Amino acid sequence: MIEFHVNNKPVSFSGDEDTPLLWILRDHLKLTGTKFGCGIGSCGACTVHIDGLASKACTSKASTVAGKQVTTIEGLESAHGELHPVQQAWIDEDVPQCGYCQGGQIMAAIDLLKKNPDPSDAEIAREMRNICRCGTYVRIRKAIHRASAMMREGQ
Amino acid sequence: MLRRTFLIGGLTASGGFLLGIPAVKALAQVDPAGASGKIGFFVEIQPDNRVVIGAAQPEIGQGVRTSMPMLVAEELDVDWANVTVRQMPLGIVKTADGYTWKYGGQGAGGSTAVTNNWDFLREVGATARQMLINAAAAQWNVESASCRTEPGEVVCDTLGKRIRYSALAEQAATLPVPEEKPVLKSPSDYRIIGKPTGVVDIREIVTGKSRFGIDTDVSGMRYAVIQRSPYLDGTVKSFDDSKARKVPGVLDVFAIEGPAPGEPYLVLASGVAVVATSTWAAMQGRKALKIEWDKGPHQQESTESFWRQAEELLSGSGQVVRDDGDLDGMLRQARKVVTARYEIPFVNHAPMEPQNCFVHVDQDKARVIAPTQSPSGASRAIAAVTGLSREHIDVEMTRVGGGFGRRLTNDYVAEAAMISQKIGTAVKLQWSREDDVKHDFYRPSGLHEMKAGLDASGTITGWTQRLASAGKYYRRPNVTPEEQYAAELYVDDFPAQIIENLRIEWFEIQSGMPRGSWRAPAHTANAFVVQSFIDEIAHASGQDPLQLRLKLYGESRALPYGQHGGPTFNPWRLSRLLEHVARRIDYAAVRPAGRAVGVASHFTFGGYAAHAVELEVSSKGTLNIERIVAAVDCGVAVNPLGVEAQLEGGTIDGLSTALNLKITVSDGQVVQSNFHNYRVARMAQMPAVLETHVLPFGDKPTGMGEMGLPSIAPALANAIYNACGVRIRKLPLRDQLKKAFA
Repeated sequence: MIEFHVNNKPVSFSGDEDTPLLWILRDHLKLTGTKFGCGIGSCGACTVHIDGLASKACTSKASTVAGKQVTTIEGLESAHGELHPVQQAWIDEDVPQCGYCQGGQIMAAIDLLKKNPDPSDAEIAREMRNICRCGTYVRIRKAIHRASAMMREGQ
Repeated sequence: MLRRTFLIGGLTASGGFLLGIPAVKALAQVDPAGASGKIGFFVEIQPDNRVVIGAAQPEIGQGVRTSMPMLVAEELDVDWANVTVRQMPLGIVKTADGYTWKYGGQGAGGSTAVTNNWDFLREVGATARQMLINAAAAQWNVESASCRTEPGEVVCDTLGKRIRYSALAEQAATLPVPEEKPVLKSPSDYRIIGKPTGVVDIREIVTGKSRFGIDTDVSGMRYAVIQRSPYLDGTVKSFDDSKARKVPGVLDVFAIEGPAPGEPYLVLASGVAVVATSTWAAMQGRKALKIEWDKGPHQQESTESFWRQAEELLSGSGQVVRDDGDLDGMLRQARKVVTARYEIPFVNHAPMEPQNCFVHVDQDKARVIAPTQSPSGASRAIAAVTGLSREHIDVEMTRVGGGFGRRLTNDYVAEAAMISQKIGTAVKLQWSREDDVKHDFYRPSGLHEMKAGLDASGTITGWTQRLASAGKYYRRPNVTPEEQYAAELYVDDFPAQIIENLRIEWFEIQSGMPRGSWRAPAHTANAFVVQSFIDEIAHASGQDPLQLRLKLYGESRALPYGQHGGPTFNPWRLSRLLEHVARRIDYAAVRPAGRAVGVASHFTFGGYAAHAVELEVSSKGTLNIERIVAAVDCGVAVNPLGVEAQLEGGTIDGLSTALNLKITVSDGQVVQSNFHNYRVARMAQMPAVLETHVLPFGDKPTGMGEMGLPSIAPALANAIYNACGVRIRKLPLRDQLKKAFA
C-alpha cells in the first residue's frame, strides 16, 4: 500500500508498485486532467508537480511518490474558484486549440516561473519542452510573459 | 432551405424554449432530461434568460465549438456572455433509401464546417428569434413587424414595451415554426460575427475539466490494448498468452482479425487484444505476450525500394490527367528549360491524444463515445462490425485532442467494437504513442518531376508535373485505378489555366503503407513543389521570385476550379496577400550575408494564404528562423481570434513537418516509434516573431483548418536558398541542410 497526497488530499494505492502515477491519477483517482501523450516522459502532457517540482507522471512509478505531495492541473484552482495566474494568462491569451496538452503546459510554466520569475524568450524556449501538436507555442510564450508580469505585480 | 422544414419548436420540462430537429420522435416523446441535459437541440432558452446552443461539429482544435454557435447567437440576438455551448451527439435519421442527417452534416474534414453551416446556423438562430418575436406580438396584440429585438429581449417601440426571451419561452414553444425563410441580419448589424471571441470552453481546458475521449469513464467498463502486427499487412501466426494472463488485472486475451491485403480497411492491422481492469494492467499484459507474426506480402518493402520504384516509374510514361495546349512543341521551342525533382516523405499525424474509443455493444444496441472527426464513420464502423442497424448505435462526441485528418478514419472504433462484442461488456480501447506512430494512415509520399520551358523574355510557355506517388485512395472502396490520381493531383491548381501549355502525369507506386488524409492533404506536397519550382525558375531566368508570382497571378478574375474548394479560384487574391506579407517583412531590404527572405502562397480548399520568412543560415549551416509573416484571406472571418489561431497553428504545423518529420520503412515495418525519433517541433524551434494578418474579402466565409499550412514549407525552402545558396528539394529540410553543410 502506497500512501501519498494528491491536491492536498490523502490517497492510497494498493496495486503494482511499478504503476506510473499517470495511470493511478487517471484510472484509479479519476483525475483525468493529467494526460497520456507518449509514455516515455518526452511530450510533457502528463506534467504534474511532485513536492513542488514539475515531473512527468507517465514515468514516475507509484513507489517513488510514497509520502509525497502531488499537485495536478485540477489542484490549481483555489477553494473559491480563483484561478492560478498562469491559468488566467492562458485564458487572456486564448492559448488552447485542441486543449489536450495545455494542462501539462500550464504545470510546466508554473514550475518555470517558480525558478525564474521573469524568463526571456530564450529561457522559455530552453525550459518549456512540452509538445503542442496544434502549434500554440507563440501564444504559450505570450501567456508566460503575461503570467510573469501578473505574478510579479501581485507580490 | 430544405433542412428548415425539419425545425421544430417545443417546451423544456423547466419551462424553457427549444428549437431543434427531433425528426425521429414527436416532441411530446422527447426525453426532457435529454433535451435540457445535453443533446439534440440547437437552441434552448432557459428560465434565467441564459441560452444553451448546441454544437453539432466535432471540435478537434479548429475552433468550431466557438464559431458555429456564434452564428446561431448572432441571429438569435443574444449576448455571447449569456451563451453556454453543449456538444451534440451524432444525429442520423433512417429514410427509405438509407440515412440522412438530423442536424445537418457532421464532420471535421476539408475545412468545410463554417462554409457549409454559414446559412443554415444563421437561419436556425433567426427562426428562433422570429418565433420569440411572434410570441411577444401575440401577447401584446400587435403585428410582429412592429417588434424588434435587442440582445435577449423583444422590444416594441410603439408600445414602449420590452420583454425578456425567457418570459416568452413558454408561448414561443407552442407556436408553429414559420414557413418562410427568415430575414438575416445585414453585416453592419453584427454584434458577434467578426468579433474576436475566445475559446468558449477555455476555463474547462485550463482547469483540466474538459472531457476528451480518453477521459471517458463508465462504471464497469474494461480497459483494452492491442498488439498490432509491426509488419505492413502482417498477420498473427500464433501467440502464447500464458504469461500475459498471469499479469494481475488481465481478464482476457484474443486475436483481432486484420484486413485482407489490398482490401478496404475496417481496422488497420491484425493483432492480439488484451483486456484488463486498468490501462496499465492491459499494457503490462501486452508486454508479456509472445506473438509469432506472418510477415505478410510487404516484408521486403523499404524507403529505398520505394524511391527506386518511383525512379523507375518516372523513366516511363504514366496516366496523363491534364494536357493543355502543345507542351512538347513549346518545350522544343523554349530558350531555356528548367527541371527539378522533389521528394515528399510519408508523415504521421501524431495528434496529442493517442487513439482511443469507448464502445458498449449491448445485444441490439451500441453506445460509442469517440474522439472522432467523422461520427457518422464511427456509426458505420460499429454497424460493419456488429451488424446492428445504425439507428440503434448512439455516437457521443467528446472534445478531440487533435485530428489533422487521422480521425477521419474510425479503425480504432471498429477495434473497440470487436472487443466489446467479444467480451460482452463496455470497453475503452487505448492506443499507445508507439501504436499511433507505427499504425497510421500516413500522408502519401511521392517523387515529383517538374519541367518548365521559358521564352527569351522569361515568360513560362510550358509546364509539366509528373508525380509518382502512393496515393491516399489506396484501398478505398469504389475508387477505380484511373481515379487514384485525384487525391494527389488537384488538376485545376495553379498554374493550370495560367500557363497554356501544361501537362500533369500520374504514376502509382505500389506500397503496403496505409495512407490517408493529412491536414490539407495533397496541397502540402504540391504547394512545396510548385512554389519551390517557381523560385527556381525565377532564379534560373534572372527574375525576382515575388514579381514572377505577381505577374503569373495577374488581374482579379474567377478561374474555374473543379476540385474541393471551388467552383472558382481567383489568383489575384494570392497576389494581394503576397504583397502584404512582402511589405511587412521588408522584402526588398538589403540584408547581411547569410540572412534572407523567402515567400510563397497557395490556394487551399477555398481559402488563400501567403507566407514570408526571414531567416539566417550560419556558415556552419545552423538555421535560425527570425520572423514569419503569415496572411490569410478566408472571406469573412467569423471569429478573427480563431482564424489567427488556425493561421498560427497551421504555420507551425507546416514548419514542424517541413523541418523535421518523415516516416521511413525498413523490412516492411515503420521505423519511427515515439517523439524521440519522430521529432515534432517544440518551443525551441519557434521563430522569434510570428505575425498573422487576416485580410477580409467578400461576404462569405471559407474554412480555416487547413489553408494556413501549405505555403510555409516552400517559403522556408526559398528563404534558405536565398540565404545560403542551397536548394532543398527533399523534405524534411533539416536533414538536407545538414547534408549540404557536412
